[in-house]
Amino acid sequence: MIRYIIRRLLWVMVTLLVITLLTYLIFFVMPPTDPAINFAGKQPTEELVAEVKAQFGLDKPLLVQYGLFVKRIFLGDEYGWPGLGFSFSTRSELKPIIFDRLLVTIQLALGAAILWLMVGIPIGILSALRPRSIFDRFAMGFALFGVSTPVFFLGPVMLYIFWFQLGWLPGTGFYPIGQYGFWEWFSHLIMPWTVLALAFAAFYARMTRGNLMETMGEDYIRTARAKGLSERRVVLRHGLRSALTPLVTILGLDLGALLGGAIITETVFNLQGLGNYAIQSVFSGDLYAILDVTIIAAFFITFANLIVDVVYAFLDPRVRYT
Amino acid sequence: MPEPLLQVNDLKVHFPTDDGLVKAVDGISLQVMPGETLGVVGESGSGKSVSFLTVMGLITSKQAIIEGEVIFKGQDLLQVPPDEMRHVRGEKISMIFQDPMTSLHPFYKVGAQVGEAIRAHQKVSKKEAFDQAVEMLQRVGIPKPEERAAQYPHEFSGGMRQRAMIAMALSLNPDLLIADEPTTALDVTVQAQILDLIDRLREEFNASIVIITHDLGVVAEHCDHLQVMYAGKIVETGTADDIYYRPHHPYAWGLLGSITRLDEAQKERLRPIKGLPPSLIFVPPGCAFHPRCPYAFDKCKVDVPELLPVDGQHAAACHLPLADKQRIFAEEVAAR
Repeated sequence: MIRYIIRRLLWVMVTLLVITLLTYLIFFVMPPTDPAINFAGKQPTEELVAEVKAQFGLDKPLLVQYGLFVKRIFLGDEYGWPGLGFSFSTRSELKPIIFDRLLVTIQLALGAAILWLMVGIPIGILSALRPRSIFDRFAMGFALFGVSTPVFFLGPVMLYIFWFQLGWLPGTGFYPIGQYGFWEWFSHLIMPWTVLALAFAAFYARMTRGNLMETMGEDYIRTARAKGLSERRVVLRHGLRSALTPLVTILGLDLGALLGGAIITETVFNLQGLGNYAIQSVFSGDLYAILDVTIIAAFFITFANLIVDVVYAFLDPRVRYT
Repeated sequence: MPEPLLQVNDLKVHFPTDDGLVKAVDGISLQVMPGETLGVVGESGSGKSVSFLTVMGLITSKQAIIEGEVIFKGQDLLQVPPDEMRHVRGEKISMIFQDPMTSLHPFYKVGAQVGEAIRAHQKVSKKEAFDQAVEMLQRVGIPKPEERAAQYPHEFSGGMRQRAMIAMALSLNPDLLIADEPTTALDVTVQAQILDLIDRLREEFNASIVIITHDLGVVAEHCDHLQVMYAGKIVETGTADDIYYRPHHPYAWGLLGSITRLDEAQKERLRPIKGLPPSLIFVPPGCAFHPRCPYAFDKCKVDVPELLPVDGQHAAACHLPLADKQRIFAEEVAAR
């Protein structure tokens, strides 16, 4: 198991290297303008551009630049470890910015995940236990709505109704709990959580329903009933245990993906998270910011994959890694 | 004559489906005496499993239209409410199933699963239940039971899993054990061990046994009585010897003809019963077996034969005159 984890961690590194290399190459192939010119100010002189280039390290060959970037990640830069570089636009250290942004995204993602699990799984269970009942049809109708409603539509609609029309909830923006207290923080996050969670809740409800219905037809469920267990125990201990295990995989991957930034939700609700920052950085050609967000997103996804596989080995005794 | 432990009277289990009413069990009556082993024989889809799943209360009026009576120790189980029925299941009547590979929960340790059955009916601690489970595993012949109890089902072989299932089923000392094709999924050598085990445990636990099977040859020597089912009805019933040596129904002849015999040189190929079991929605009129019966005549296509006594407890549902039956059996079946 330990050997397996170490091997997987090495692969995570390799994956991250490949991803950053690709991002690096894309950045230099894609933009029509030289980042140095962008930041040299209005009407730049040749000398100024050259100076900016030298300052940003853009005068060196591409692979050398990339090598330096990787070296800084692992060994740290003038701002310490890990070396996340500096922002071209503000010419300041990126690490505190990135960590601030990440904190916002984590709060958004975890809150939404709790919400969609609390909504999706119970709906899925009740639907599975009474298939084709009125509740089931209603719930699956809701699921269809949830899966097919895009965030960029639902977000503005909710803002219009609950903020602009009814005034029940405050508008957009992120209000850190330490600074503004629980209620300000919470009330500003209710809508982003809901909007982000809806599609997931719908999907998780469908998954839970499908898995549980399949599990309840298994032979070992018949055995559990034949033993004389109460129906409650049959469902909760024997049915759900099998039905929810695959959901752990999905949850890990979904969370991993979301921690890299929920771009649309963050943009609609003006939350200063990683996804929002990624967009800004792309538009301003801020190379190291783009790379940092990419690395963090890729790290969460690959790492979530690893965690899911390890957790699965504990949940399903048949799975053993060597 | 002592009271039967289980008395099924005119049981019907019909499933409404989109295609029509599936008459899985269509009026069967049978009885199980205390301490005896009853074999219920028939092809897939003859209604043998459905009958006993209904007895267990695992098929309920939610899924099917159920008529008739299932009298167990003087109580009609069909009238028992579902939440009380669970105290009968596992404690008074228990059941083991065809495929031990899938009948145990893959995520729980075997000892815990056996212990769970005990805890479902007795107020004992987890530890006590586990200890009892270990003892049960030992009694069903699982070597190193303490070690094995802490293992998961996938670490068990098929035969060992079936033993674990039997341990679970017998852990509360039930009056009746229903074994639904207990050996079908197992190797031939293991099949014999499991049947011998069931025989031995019947004596030890003083329980009655019902063995459901499609393989007449495998169970005949382990059963006191046999019931032959076809298309939801009982077509022949009697002692094991009656059915094995003096069968009266062409379907039973067919079942005997399909047994592989290894103890004597094979004179000819196996004789499978021609055709397939009938649809249970459109059961053939008259005798349900007539389309596949080589001896059917006009009456068989119209009249449903009744289960009529032959002698003693032996009864068969066939229109063939007795003389013809004896002649055909002597010339064509026994001669093989």
